[in-house]
Amino acid sequence: MAALLEVKNLSSSVEGKPILGGINLVVNKGEAHVIMGPNGSGKSTLALCVMGHPSHKIEEGEIFFENKKLNSLKPDERAKLGIFLGFQNPLALEGVSFFSLMQSARNAPDIFELRKNISEKFLKLGLADDFIMRGVNDGASGGERKKLELAQMQMLEPKLAIFDEIDTGLDVDALKKIGEEIADLKNKGTAVILITHYQRILNYVRPDKVHIMMAGRIVKSGGTDLAEKINESGYSYLKCPIENAQA
Amino acid sequence: MPKPELKNYKYKYGFFDKEKPVSTFQKGLSENVVRELSDIKNEDAWMRDFRLKSLRIFYEKKMPEWGADLSGIDFNDIIYFVRPAERQSVSWDEVPPYIKNTFERLGIPEAERKYLAGVSAQYDSEVVYNNIKCDWGKRGVIFCDTDTAYKKYPEIFKKYFGSVIPPADNKLSALNSAVWSGGSFVYVPAGVKVDVPLQAYFRINAKNMGQFERTLIIAEEGSSVHYIEGCTAPNYSTASLHAAVVEIIAKKSSSVRYTTVQNWSKNVYNLGTKRAFVEEEANVEWIDGNIGSGVTMKYPSVILRGPKARGSVLSLAYAGEGQHQDAGAKAIHLAPETSSRIISKSVAKDGGRTSYRGMVKIIKGAVNAKCKVVCDALLLDEKSRSDTYPTMDVKEPRSTIEHEASVSKVGEDKIFYLGSRGIKESDALGLLVSGFLSDLTRELPMEYAAELNHLLRLEMEGSIG
Repeated sequence: MAALLEVKNLSSSVEGKPILGGINLVVNKGEAHVIMGPNGSGKSTLALCVMGHPSHKIEEGEIFFENKKLNSLKPDERAKLGIFLGFQNPLALEGVSFFSLMQSARNAPDIFELRKNISEKFLKLGLADDFIMRGVNDGASGGERKKLELAQMQMLEPKLAIFDEIDTGLDVDALKKIGEEIADLKNKGTAVILITHYQRILNYVRPDKVHIMMAGRIVKSGGTDLAEKINESGYSYLKCPIENAQA
Repeated sequence: MPKPELKNYKYKYGFFDKEKPVSTFQKGLSENVVRELSDIKNEDAWMRDFRLKSLRIFYEKKMPEWGADLSGIDFNDIIYFVRPAERQSVSWDEVPPYIKNTFERLGIPEAERKYLAGVSAQYDSEVVYNNIKCDWGKRGVIFCDTDTAYKKYPEIFKKYFGSVIPPADNKLSALNSAVWSGGSFVYVPAGVKVDVPLQAYFRINAKNMGQFERTLIIAEEGSSVHYIEGCTAPNYSTASLHAAVVEIIAKKSSSVRYTTVQNWSKNVYNLGTKRAFVEEEANVEWIDGNIGSGVTMKYPSVILRGPKARGSVLSLAYAGEGQHQDAGAKAIHLAPETSSRIISKSVAKDGGRTSYRGMVKIIKGAVNAKCKVVCDALLLDEKSRSDTYPTMDVKEPRSTIEHEASVSKVGEDKIFYLGSRGIKESDALGLLVSGFLSDLTRELPMEYAAELNHLLRLEMEGSIG
């Protein structure tokens, strides 16, 4: 199977400080991958590097999407290829409505169709209709912000959706809703990377692979059982390669 | 003092002054010019003397020494009056390419472009005014150009003309009083509520028109009116100095809203004086958008004269390369329970400069007066600049005044967020700027707001010209 996303020996830094130290990752079309790991292990950084955040400098290695090299592409160009990133702490965009955001992102489609489309997505996610014209994430609760991220993803229909801790700060019902939507997404053939601390979202989304990151590296990859093991005994049973990572 | 940097802008847009020598027009100002102007307009002694007296005040007064740099103005190099026979239009070839290009990008219809560019010599205002006349004339509403009002309605005219802004108010109001021409006149009789905006859109067409316009709006007791002028699309003006005077008289329980958006070409100094008298329980709102001109100094004012009078000034400014928008407001509380609201939002890019300059005064005895000032500035790069100059003069302890000011920058993270949605950087900036201004743009008529947002987006692309 042709790889959708291929990360080869990726090392990165922020303001000269090394973060990622040689990541290798292959995500095929339609697969769901889970990335777990202690705080500060570089999970979010990996997502930001794939999306092309300007503060994250790639020191070494390459990122391919459908065999196209991403390294020098801008975030919007990567998004246009079919990559989406749902943020851990989505920013509030005062005065920029969900509607106008989508209008720009989708190059001014039929506005009545667009409005209807958003409305349907919101209804399904249990988001109030007035979020359509309000500034994106402005005055929204943590849970609502996560739903708004998901709704944006659904509107943009990417080939690969990366969610950074979308299951953090959700109540049980919201978690179920979001979990089910992501499962549905995977069933429809979208590849998913879930960055998470908790095994519980895996009750809804069955991952093809689970990766454990520590100190800027993937130290172990496996199946669902790996996530369960982490859930039971924490990361301590894995050897922390911190000395090696700094080398 | 250095002259404003207009050169770079000319270079950037390939805009060189192709004006032919205008020897047929008389440059400079003198008593004779003013007399001739008055004669050609067939004015009576009252107006002629008013003009001559104003001219003397103009000579005596000093230029404002605060605010923007006005050292580039040469009063001897300005044409104050164009004889009707010489009232020539600009040729389409003379219109700077950046303006033509913007028309193209905004999708402005061909016919309209020529008006906006000053190419059409036709003074089309009569048509606009006449349409209104049919609908509202029967109810006593007057809407016409100010020259016509002076001839046709001398009683109302003489009662109010210059009553809010006397010639001696400042050097530029004196200049306007000496050489004014054009502008709009609005009179709304008691109790009449004009529910469509009175719009003077194609008012400034011919070359050198609208330079010293004079607008007078009178709302009688219990009436209401919304007057709109200007336009968001670029207006090419060959005249380098625009000094308008706008006077509003809002009688008891009336309501007046005045909306203007100016986008003059960047060779223009725009120095208007705008003021409203607001009587008991009346409400006046100024909505003032400044996106064009090289230098703007404009501070719409509300003088709250009667108990419970209300006033608001919403000021929106955009300054790009070589521009200085010095805008703001004045609110003077002279009576109990008066309230005012000043909201200023400005955006500066490419070394542009915005200043908020405001004055709030609450006199002793204006018990329970309330004032709220909010001024927010957005800077899009390190080269641009924003300043705030608030003045507060509060003599009544039983009053409240709130002032909030902020300067923000567009963060990399917001651009990245929008980028991750497939929105390229320039569009992302456009969205964020429109978002920042949205509190004010939603107060504009829809077509203005839409065009303004479109225009800002073009500015963000840096592709105008």
